[in-house]
Amino acid sequence: MSSRVSTGARPGARFAQFKLVLLGESAVGKSSLVLRFVKDQFDDYRESTIGAAFLTQTISLDDATTVKFEIWDTAGQERYKSLAPMYYRNANCAVVVYDITQASSLDKAKSWVKELQRQANENIIIALAGNKSDLVAEHPDKRAITTADAEAYAREAGLLFFETSAKTAENVRELFTAIARKLPLEQAGNRGMRANPRQGVDLRPEAPGTQGGGACNC
Amino acid sequence: MEELAPEYDVVLLGTGLTECILSGIMSVEEKKVLHIDRNDHYGGESASLNIEALFKKYPDSYSKGEEPWMKYGRGNDWNVDLVPKLLMANGDLTKTLIKTKVTDYVEFEPIAGSYVQKGSGATATVAKVPSKPTEALLSPLMGLFEKRRAKRFFEWVRDFKDEDPSTYGGLDLNQCTMKEVYDKFGLEATTRDFIGHAMALYQTDAYINQKGAAKETVDRIQLYGNSVNQYPGKSPYIYPLYGLGELPQSFARLSAVRGGTYMLNTNIDEIEYEGGKVSGIKATMRVRSEDSEGTMFSTKTKKIIADPTYFNDANKGNVKVKQVAKLLKAICILTHPVANTNNSDSAQIIIPQSQVGRKNDIYIAIVSSVHHVCPQGYYIAIVSTIAEGKDNWHLELQPGFDRLGKIEEKFMKEPIPLYEPLEDGRNDNIFISKSYDATSHFETTTEDVRDIYRRAEGKEMVVPDLRLDANLVGQE
Ligand SMILES: Nc1nc2c(ncn2[C@@H]2O[C@H](COP(=O)(O)OP(=O)(O)O)[C@@H](O)[C@H]2O)c(=O)[nH]1
Ligand SMILES: [Mg+2]
Repeated sequence: MSSRVSTGARPGARFAQFKLVLLGESAVGKSSLVLRFVKDQFDDYRESTIGAAFLTQTISLDDATTVKFEIWDTAGQERYKSLAPMYYRNANCAVVVYDITQASSLDKAKSWVKELQRQANENIIIALAGNKSDLVAEHPDKRAITTADAEAYAREAGLLFFETSAKTAENVRELFTAIARKLPLEQAGNRGMRANPRQGVDLRPEAPGTQGGGACNC
Repeated sequence: MEELAPEYDVVLLGTGLTECILSGIMSVEEKKVLHIDRNDHYGGESASLNIEALFKKYPDSYSKGEEPWMKYGRGNDWNVDLVPKLLMANGDLTKTLIKTKVTDYVEFEPIAGSYVQKGSGATATVAKVPSKPTEALLSPLMGLFEKRRAKRFFEWVRDFKDEDPSTYGGLDLNQCTMKEVYDKFGLEATTRDFIGHAMALYQTDAYINQKGAAKETVDRIQLYGNSVNQYPGKSPYIYPLYGLGELPQSFARLSAVRGGTYMLNTNIDEIEYEGGKVSGIKATMRVRSEDSEGTMFSTKTKKIIADPTYFNDANKGNVKVKQVAKLLKAICILTHPVANTNNSDSAQIIIPQSQVGRKNDIYIAIVSSVHHVCPQGYYIAIVSTIAEGKDNWHLELQPGFDRLGKIEEKFMKEPIPLYEPLEDGRNDNIFISKSYDATSHFETTTEDVRDIYRRAEGKEMVVPDLRLDANLVGQE
């Protein structure tokens, strides 16, 4: 499931598909961020990730460039660090999430960043998201991790960084757009990435569009 | 321990494919599932290894202090299977993958060719397995008159329908033997060999004289033919990108998505019983890359489903399995396609037992970089059979090695014992799977899955159809 780039119907149009994984401690809001990004919804009483572990969302960077994310949520397997290697395999980008009101969740995030740097693609793009910013907007004393501290760590580790709220949607789109801009659209035909959609077997009941997103209405 | 439930409907031990399919399906059925593996990786015996791990699994293959894997490029470009198996394109496992939408997590490539060997030694012929009446007429495996007889046989198989007696051609398949069928069409011994072994995929000749086995044989030949039709010009087999190890992982993911809990690196310390039936487990989860003691926990369970290695420790007095055969296997790394396979990037070659004076067939499964299991320019060939002697195993596999030409690296050990459970599990509610057998595909694995389900749940397993499941968010 590596990235795919193809030229669309219009001359100069580009379409690329990337695999994105989410990591972070339980309950920091990984699934909520995905739900906000994909469906523009938020649910206060979401219990768990059930039924939402594989989603896709497309964003247009400009008139000619469309990026499609194939999003893998962790389905709760992160609890005992028992993620299957297939989860990281070929991931082009990762969002590592912590909860800005829970100090320990940043430590967990740091250990996931390490794990990614060890296990995943060498060129993986990692973004750090300090989630639940809405909680400190109302009660500043709830903040457990300062923006400056997290920013410093992100810079040092070479990560993109945003403070987000899945609840209010603050910075959610910005986060995914920043990742899309950093992805190597230009050399997506290089090693480890596929220039053309695979010719192989397609067993998927509804294969996700790989030919210009199927967006051609002509 | 955090979030662990006090009781589960089922605890599964070992994350091989059999257990992972069951845990995926049972999780979809909203059973409370805890799935444990003593290893730090998924897949058990059905895992795929990188090149360094492969060398280390076969310590006799290199001298101490050497690092022979260094010359094989990036270690993680290698995903070498431990069990040599392929999927039938139209088989039960493929259908299960599609119905449960596990195909979201794993991609497949066809295996290019399916071949069979006629004769032995220097005069052996390796040729494509003909699967259609028209192909039979072109096959170098048969002489002119035999081609025509085989064509008539294939036409009869193709048209055979259980519900339509006019297609029986005067044969009562539920009563007669396959020998009677072959006799009726006047087929020669070598033709029977490739039909029975390379198409019906029997490993021995026991099926020929078994009364009533003709129907199953015809079913198997039809499955072969239907699988070939899936990807015309290719073999009836498909294979997952990145190796077979992807299969258990993707069913594990289905389970986790549906609420199943996964714990790797976890040892079972004790199985608890009440009134002769299993009631719970005590276990220790080790902390990765640390020498600390790990975390002990216990939980109750109504049932255990386990691979045979979890109930085979004579020291603990918990032996619930018996050895039924020994699998001989050699993993070979090549830098060229295999001769007589039309330079295919992948193939299966079957050497029927009688062609080389054996009782069990020899299988060769070949995959390469198109399947993302090795860097470009390499081929992985696994030669396997059921061991027939007490030693000289190398000689038993030799007809297979003869097909491969120059071999860069050969990984081989003493034969691997294959286990089956002693009991069906209904007495103690511990249901044990079979080891991955010597067949070249997964049809017997899904048979075992269905059998375990029947024993454990008291009814037939129905593979849930999740293709139209409205609960799945975001599938455009
Ligand atoms: N206030 C607030 N709550 C959030 C936010 N994101 C998630 N939550 C809540 O945090 C809990 C855990 O969220 P979830 O997405 O399931 O976390 P996950 O385990 O990391 O996937 C749920 O009760 C969410 O409603 C946020 O941005 N603000
Ligand atoms: Mg979640």
